[in-house]
Amino acid sequence: MIPNDTPTSQVPSRPLDSQARPGNPAAVGPRPGTPVVGAPQESTTSVWPLWEVFVRSSRGLSHVHAGSLHAPDAAMALRNARDLYTRRNEGVSIWVVPADAIAASDPDAKGSFFESPQGKDYRHATYYTKSEGVKHL
Amino acid sequence: MASQNLQPVPEALSPEEQERAAQLEAEGQAYFDRVMADDSRIEPKDWMPAAYRKTLLRQISQHAHSEIIGMQPEANWISRAPSLKRKAILMAKVQDEAGHGLYLYSAAETLGQSRDKMTDDLIAGKARYSSIFNYPALTWADMGAIGWLVDGAAICNQVPLCRASYGPYGRAMVRICKEESFHQRQGFEILLELSNGTPAQKQMAQDAVNRWYAPALMMFGPPDDDSPNSKQSMAWNIKRFSNDELRSRFVGMMVEQVRVLGLTLPDSEVRFNDETRKWEHGPLDWEEFKEVLAGRGPCNAQRLERRREAHDDGAWVREAAAAYAAKQARKHAEKEYAA
Ligand SMILES: [Fe+2]
Ligand SMILES: [Fe+2]
Ligand SMILES: [Fe+2]
Repeated sequence: MIPNDTPTSQVPSRPLDSQARPGNPAAVGPRPGTPVVGAPQESTTSVWPLWEVFVRSSRGLSHVHAGSLHAPDAAMALRNARDLYTRRNEGVSIWVVPADAIAASDPDAKGSFFESPQGKDYRHATYYTKSEGVKHL
Repeated sequence: MASQNLQPVPEALSPEEQERAAQLEAEGQAYFDRVMADDSRIEPKDWMPAAYRKTLLRQISQHAHSEIIGMQPEANWISRAPSLKRKAILMAKVQDEAGHGLYLYSAAETLGQSRDKMTDDLIAGKARYSSIFNYPALTWADMGAIGWLVDGAAICNQVPLCRASYGPYGRAMVRICKEESFHQRQGFEILLELSNGTPAQKQMAQDAVNRWYAPALMMFGPPDDDSPNSKQSMAWNIKRFSNDELRSRFVGMMVEQVRVLGLTLPDSEVRFNDETRKWEHGPLDWEEFKEVLAGRGPCNAQRLERRREAHDDGAWVREAAAAYAAKQARKHAEKEYAA
């Protein structure tokens, strides 16, 4: 049995959905590609870093977030992503991104961060009604 | 930024800080309540009640463990599959179950639990998983009965979970449900072929259905009046239908399908109640259910032992992969430095 004595500095990243906000060290894991190495005993308890997986489902479409996985390095992350997220031809291209390389907007800012488009209906075509019935407009 | 300090409120806080924390908590609760009322989704970074987080973490991690342990009864038959085609299908199905486990572990991780902790809890025997996987798969026909009844019950349970209020859980369930229907169909096909085979094969199929029927019905959980947490889960929009409701629906579907199979359900009390407009079934052995869940089922020890073995046997692979990654990173760094 491996006791879970992971010190806080090694607490793993959480999947993209819970991206750490800047300045929250507790949610930042070891950098992918640089796993914690040390005594052999230690390496069995170290956590593989977390990667976010983006899949392009067919040519002409953008990559879309599919999920996350753990892997020791980028090459393994790509192979795991292929096995985990494209078992049924779901993709023609995969990106893997170290989870802790992603910066996310602050969830507490909910409204305020996205405030600026509000009350600016004139940015939408539907705001302009006088042209209704006019062809090709 | 302060919400991460909300729960629990550390004692060292000054009265002003405590007041501020309480105020933030009240705001969080109000937001959460609004999301529930709108039947919208909670995302990982949102404030959520501690009990909601705990309930989800328990449910999602148990679900993940079930997928992982659930690989075993079928994996044990891969080498004995009757044809290359069946072998390939069974391998694909077992691989899917591994995938389901991984999707769900990721969802659970968004609640703040590490993957390694969950694995450790499972192999230490501290975590629960679905009671169904502690029954033995005795014959090839069990591959049919498991796919048809066990995956069938799982689908019934899981389709409403696609709308669970916790975003990552719902998204994982959408992915899983898409893959599950192949599982049920391949099981149905195995049973259908056996049923149309020799009398001995047909008997084998019937015997498997007889053994898996009741355990599959129990997968929906205890009866509603004995399921204390259901109410809260429904109030939180995690659960959409009660255990008995889902079980009744499932029975109705099986009644239709078993006819096509040319087999019977081992339950003389199955009937459609015209008043309640619901399917009813015979009594289930809930004492057995509790025993199996408590770790005293026919295969509990074997399943955990196998999981532990696999984990230990894989240790060198994990170590080698980590060592290789470290070496590559070092090489890369040296090259950068030299350049
Ligand atoms: Fe599954
Ligand atoms: Fe499942
Ligand atoms: Fe399945």
